[in-house]
Formats: sequence, C-alpha cells, structure tokens
Amino acid sequence: MDLHLKIWRQKDRQSEGKLVNYDLKELNPHMSFLEMLDTLNEKLITEGDEPVEFDHDCREGICGQCGMMINGIAHGPLKNTTTCQLHLRSFKDGENILIEPFRAGAFPVKKDLKVDRSAFDRIISSGGFVSVNTGQAPDATAIAVTHQTAEEAFDSAACIGCGACVATCKNGSAALFTSAKITHMVLLPQGKEERSQRVLDMVSQMDRELFGHCSNTEACEVECPQGISVLNIARMNYEYGRALFFRKR
Amino acid sequence: MILDSKIPKGPLEQKWDNYKKKAKLVNPANRKKLDVIVVGTGLAGSSIAASLGEMGYHVKSFCFQDSPRRAHSVAAQGGVNAAKNYKNDGDSVYRMFVDTLKGGDFRAREANVYRMAECSLNLIDQAVAQGVPFGREYGGYLNNRSFGGVQVSRTFYARGQTGQQLLLGAYQALMRQVGKGSVQLYSRHEMLDLVMIDGKARGIIVRNLDTGEIERHAAHAVVLATGGYGKIYYLSTLAMGCNGSAIWRAHKKGALMASPSWIQVHPTSLPQSGDYQSKLTLMSESLRNDGRIWVPSKENETRQPHDIPENERDYYLERRYPAFGNLAPRDISSRAAKERIDAGYGIGPLKNAVYLDFSKAIREQGKEKIQEKYGNLFDMYLKITGYNAYNEPMMISPSAHFSMGGLWVDYELMTTIPGLFALGEANFADHGANRLGANSLLQASVDGYFIAPYTIANYLADDIHTGKISPDAPEFEVAENAVKKQIQGFMDIRGTKTVDYFHKTLGKLLYDYCGLARNEEGLKYAIGEIRKLKQEFYADVRVSGQGDKMNTELEKAGRVADYFEIGELMCYDALTRNESCGAHFREEFQTQDGEALRNDAEYQFISAWAWAGENNEPELVKEPLIFEEIQPTVRSYK
Repeated sequence: MDLHLKIWRQKDRQSEGKLVNYDLKELNPHMSFLEMLDTLNEKLITEGDEPVEFDHDCREGICGQCGMMINGIAHGPLKNTTTCQLHLRSFKDGENILIEPFRAGAFPVKKDLKVDRSAFDRIISSGGFVSVNTGQAPDATAIAVTHQTAEEAFDSAACIGCGACVATCKNGSAALFTSAKITHMVLLPQGKEERSQRVLDMVSQMDRELFGHCSNTEACEVECPQGISVLNIARMNYEYGRALFFRKR
Repeated sequence: MILDSKIPKGPLEQKWDNYKKKAKLVNPANRKKLDVIVVGTGLAGSSIAASLGEMGYHVKSFCFQDSPRRAHSVAAQGGVNAAKNYKNDGDSVYRMFVDTLKGGDFRAREANVYRMAECSLNLIDQAVAQGVPFGREYGGYLNNRSFGGVQVSRTFYARGQTGQQLLLGAYQALMRQVGKGSVQLYSRHEMLDLVMIDGKARGIIVRNLDTGEIERHAAHAVVLATGGYGKIYYLSTLAMGCNGSAIWRAHKKGALMASPSWIQVHPTSLPQSGDYQSKLTLMSESLRNDGRIWVPSKENETRQPHDIPENERDYYLERRYPAFGNLAPRDISSRAAKERIDAGYGIGPLKNAVYLDFSKAIREQGKEKIQEKYGNLFDMYLKITGYNAYNEPMMISPSAHFSMGGLWVDYELMTTIPGLFALGEANFADHGANRLGANSLLQASVDGYFIAPYTIANYLADDIHTGKISPDAPEFEVAENAVKKQIQGFMDIRGTKTVDYFHKTLGKLLYDYCGLARNEEGLKYAIGEIRKLKQEFYADVRVSGQGDKMNTELEKAGRVADYFEIGELMCYDALTRNESCGAHFREEFQTQDGEALRNDAEYQFISAWAWAGENNEPELVKEPLIFEEIQPTVRSYK
C-alpha cells in the first residue's frame, strides 16, 4: 500500500518546527506503524537526510515509551492501543496521515516526535509509592486482599505512563495518570497508611509541573491504551477532599 | 588465571546465612561518604539503587530510556517464582533449587541456585508490601500457577503483566529515594566505557542521549544491571534498545564473560511475517498451562486448523514428553518446534510456526475463564496478527529471548574487576544453560533487593578512608577521549548502508549458525562471516546527523559495533563446548532420538572468556562446577 505522510520536524526544543511531506510506496499492511517509520528512516538515511526521531522501545505495548499524535489522535485510530501496536491495515491505501508529537505544556518537544515526559517521574517521586524499605516486609499472606480488590487495584495499576491522556486533554491535564496511581495505592491495605499525604503531595506536584486542570471531558479514558477509567479521577478528587478535611491544622 | 567463586563454606542451606554473618558492615555515618553508580533501572538496577539509597549511600542511577519505568523488565508477562508452598502441593526451597539446577542442565553453581530459591520467599513479601497487586484467591490469599519445567504451582502473577507490576514496585521505591535526594537519576544516558583506577572500577563515561554531551561520573563501586544481549539476533522478543554494550565495554577492560553462547530461544513468540519486521512479540509461557501445541501430521498441510481432524494432528510435546507435555522447559519445547518446522510440518504463510490451541480448554472451562486468565494476551494477539485466538489456534514460533550468559561473577556478584558488580541478566549466574520460566524476574529482583546490598557493603567497607574519587583523574580523560574518538570514527565513515542493515545481517547469521542448533562447521563459517561483516561495517556504514547532538543512529551504531565482537565470542564459546546442554544444542552431540547429549566428564565447567584484543582468539578460563548436594542426572521430561 502507499501512504502520504505529513510529519512534524523540529530540530530541538528552541527551534521552530514545521510539517514535512513524505511519500512511501509498496508498504506491507502487516507492518506496524513504527516499522513504517523505520522504513521511512532507512530511506531518508540512504538518501542523505536526517531520520525522524521518535521514542519507542519494547514495541509490544507495555513500556509506554512510544506515542505520537496520528491524525490528531493519541496513538492513532484504534481504541486502547499504543502506537507500536497499530498496524498499517488500520489505514487505507493512499491515505494521508498527519504525525505530530504529543502536545502539552508539561511535555516539551525534544526533537521531531520526541517529547520530555519526566514530569511523570517527578509526580511519582512526590508520593506515588508505599514507604517500605527493603527487608522489612511481613509475610505476604499476612495481609489478605480480596480477589475483587486486587483486580480493581490492578485495573488502576495497569497504567503504562505513556502520556496519551495528557496529550489528548484540551487542558493538558495529568489527572488520569496521577489518579490511577493514587487509586491503585489507596485500594490496597499496604497503601492506606499514607493516603492523605500521598494525594496532597502528588496533586501539588502535578500543579507545579504546569499540567492543566481536569474539566471532565473524559477524552483521556477514550484514548488510554490501557483503558484506565475516569472513575479514578473521581476517586482522586474524593481522596483530595478527604485529605484536606482531615488535615491537621 | 584462576577464578575464585568465593562460595562460602558449610552445608548448602547455611551458606548464605554464613556469608551474611561474616560480611563486613559500613557504619551509617560512613555510608554517605561512599558513592555507587548503578547502570540500568530494571528490576535489578532499580532495586539495588533503591536499597542502597535507603541505607544511606550516595547513589547515581543511569538508564538509556526516557524514564526508569521503561526498562525491559516491564515486558515480562508470566510471573515470578517463589517456593512459598501456598498450594500445599509439596513445594519447598529445596525442590525449587533442584528444579532450577536440573532445568539449567546442571551448568549453574549449586550455591547460587540455592540462594535464589531461598531469597524467593522474601521477594514476594517485599513486592506485596510495595503494593504489587498479585492475583488473589477469593478468600484474599495469594494465588499461584504453574510454569514450564516444574510440577508444582509456584508462580505468582499479576494477570499477564507481572514484570510491569514488579518493575513499578521497584521503580516507585527508586523514585522515593530520588525524591529524598539519596539517589540521583540520569535517564536518557548511555554508558560507553568503564573507568578503572589502580585496577578497580571507579567510574563510567556516559553519553547524554538528549544533548550528545559526554560526561564523566566517578564512584567507589559500579553496578551493571543492564539486562541481556539477546537483541544481537535483531529479531528477538527484546525491546529495541536492549544491548550488550555496557557489559561488553567492561569485558574489554578486563571483566570475564561467561557462557556467552547460552541464549534462550523462547518457544511461544509470534512468528516472523516479513523482512520489514523489527521484533518478535512474546506471548507469555503461561499460555501453555491451557493451550495445547500441535502441528498437522501431514507435511505441507494446506487445510485450515479446524478442518484438520483430531487424528491428523500431532501433539508432539505430549507425544515426546508425556510427563511434562505442553509444560516441557523452554529449550526442549523450542527445539521440538524447530524440529517439526524443519521437517516440513510448520504452519502459517511462511510455514515457520506451530499451533497453540485453546479449543479444548475453552470447551472444558468456558470462554470466560480463559478470558480472565489470559484475556490481555488474546487481545494482544488480535492487535498484532488480526486473528481472534478464541476462534482459531494461535500461531507461535521460537524466538531469541534471554541471555543466560553474561559477565562472570563470583558468589558476591562481583566480576573479575574489583568494585564492578553485575546483577540480573547482565551476569551469567543462576540459570545454567537454560532458564526456567518465571525465574528471570526472581533473579533480577533478589540480586538487587537481597544479595547485592550485603555484598557491595562488604566490598565498600574497605573504602571508607579512600575519600572522593575525582572525575578529573587522568584515567577518566583517557577513557573519555577514547569514547569521543569512537564516535567521531562512526561519523566519519559516511558509507552507504544503514546500521540496521548490519544488525539484521548479523542477526540472521547468528540464527542460522549459532541459534537453536549449532555445529562445528557452521560456527567456524560464522566467525569468518562476522569478521567480514564487521570490516564492511567500518568501511561502509552511514550514520547521519551529528555526533554531538541527539542521534539515535549513532546510539545504534555503537551497539552494533559491540554486537560484532559479542557474536564472534558466542561462536567461539559454542565451538569449544563439545556437548549439548540447555540452550546449546550441538548437532554432533545428540542421542539417537534427537535429545541433547551432555558430557559431564569433560564439560562440567563454566566457560569464562578473557578479551585478548581485536581479531585475536579469546582466552578460555574454566571454573569447574562442583556438585555437593545433588549429582547431575540425565535431564528427562518424558
């Protein structure tokens, strides 16, 4: 199949970017989207041009490193999929495809399609953990967790931190990412002890990183590769209110 | 050179306790004076960096990904083993030790394997405390499933994303220390050389992958937790960035490499479908609990799977290995698949796959039950192949996966360079010639959480009076200049072929001549071809862009340059071992019915290799394997 690509090229953070057209012919529809970009880069290198920089690693939908806007949609047209799990059979022969980096104030562009998502790491380091040192743990079965609770916690813990929720949000909000971690932790007995401090710290950090506020459009859930529910955001808001209410003065 | 494995004295079950009792300690006040560099942020890297940070050491943590949470441990699906015996099915530390040692074809150290089984108990406790949402029974207790190579249920799992959840636990522990300031994080940094001062590891040279800057980092000890080098085959189950460069550059500085040719080929990956392909996706081995593997019993079968009646299907694993059936260990299952494919019974468009069939399990347990157990894997299969595996069998194929080989380490996980430690898949320890499923997450985790914190402290205790190591030392300058020279060298070639072309060509050579099966003639041929390809690389590779800016092609060029040398060593290693064991199947050494023929009398040792300079034959150093507790037997799963 043939494709007409329009790709965002930007030399570095300071430079101005622009869209550049590329045509690719005789592509195999079983190719993944990233393999299509590999093919483009092979072509660019042999023709003496600089390849397109894009982030990716595991190419099996779990590391969360890949991600770009494809025709205005984070990770492209398929539901609940990362870019690496998108294949050309999802497009039509001869289609025009617009490829841009994830856009958000808190995710500055590094080069071409690569953005800086280290703000997520800082949100986690502000409180997204259970404060347990190595070697102090009680026997694993000493704390019973019902099957349903473990599964529910897992639904939230499944977030891969790709940033699609931020990129697709008109406010560039990190509410889905942050709330998923808060919910994962608060559902489990191990994480309950620090629930108040955790939510206060993580929400503050989210604000410091210049993520926007959540205005409940629910676009994040629609484009999340893991189908993380917006109910997590409701839980975060509840936890935040609860923490403020019980905060020691 | 004589290798001292430093195995503590005493009965097997007391060795680790004896070590810990005598290991030297570092006073809390002295710990903050000591710097440790940890390269890699997977399960081994994050856990050791977090543990040392908690203890008060000053730690620098490096990874090439954009966040430590992306390390490839994240992709392990199936589970993690622990001899908790929660199922009351007769499991114990001793049984796990025996299974692992046998699974590795008696080519691992007894003491290491026993310690891993022993520490497995603590790992589950640690992970649960961190909030890892393992699968639970309805009563609230932890659930288990069974995995290849064992007959008990000792595998703990978090759906099909156990690696992700364990890694997030370790990553969160790491980020907690980053927040506290005890660990400094350097993501998007790649180690390009090891710096030694007075024969000890004292630092590293890294390239900032965002800016292209070359940086020096000094420390009292260096820990390499950089994972494996299975991506050398290009097509593999590994992430695109996985590489062997850090351990290889340490090897060239004097650290011995052990058993480099032992690379596990996983039996349940998705088959290759075209030349454009960049990787092969792994389907969790846990699928083999309910899936039955078969091929048509007629050659060049053209019928669809559901049109092939039961009596015309060959369930070859159940036929050949009735005791373990579809749960036969990975090396055996992979080789059995290759044997059927090579004999002309393969299925799929390229005739390079076998069926993994769930129809019986769905009939007996219902679709819902199967969906609950493996739903995400079935979804993944649908996304990648476009086929619905609830309606028709999956197509699977063997693919390069895990390197059992790596840097040689002693019982303390220290390499032959004092102060240089190697953890997890970066070392050769514990798995022998074949790794059992769900033991990789375990090994990486226990190395980082429970073993290295003791052994590194034991080493550092002698360094409390050393004072800061200066990155201005002349040794750093020499190493930095060498790195810069290599980078400039790549940029100056300006040839016509891409880095990927060389990587793919090397990978195919290794699959054909140093893959699931090897023979003397093929290995000798491969060594010659690899050398030719390497020459061509240095004459004709094209690295576009600039050396001092963000440049993915340049990153790949450095890794492929190292792969040529690692590939050559793999072939030497395979060539000298005149036996078949685990992942190493030498065609000249097999039984009449095609099973591996091990030679304990002559090859009961670990092959450790010393770098002898470019284009020189590497030097082989043997570490004899002494079995005190159990005597090696023929490994039978029949």
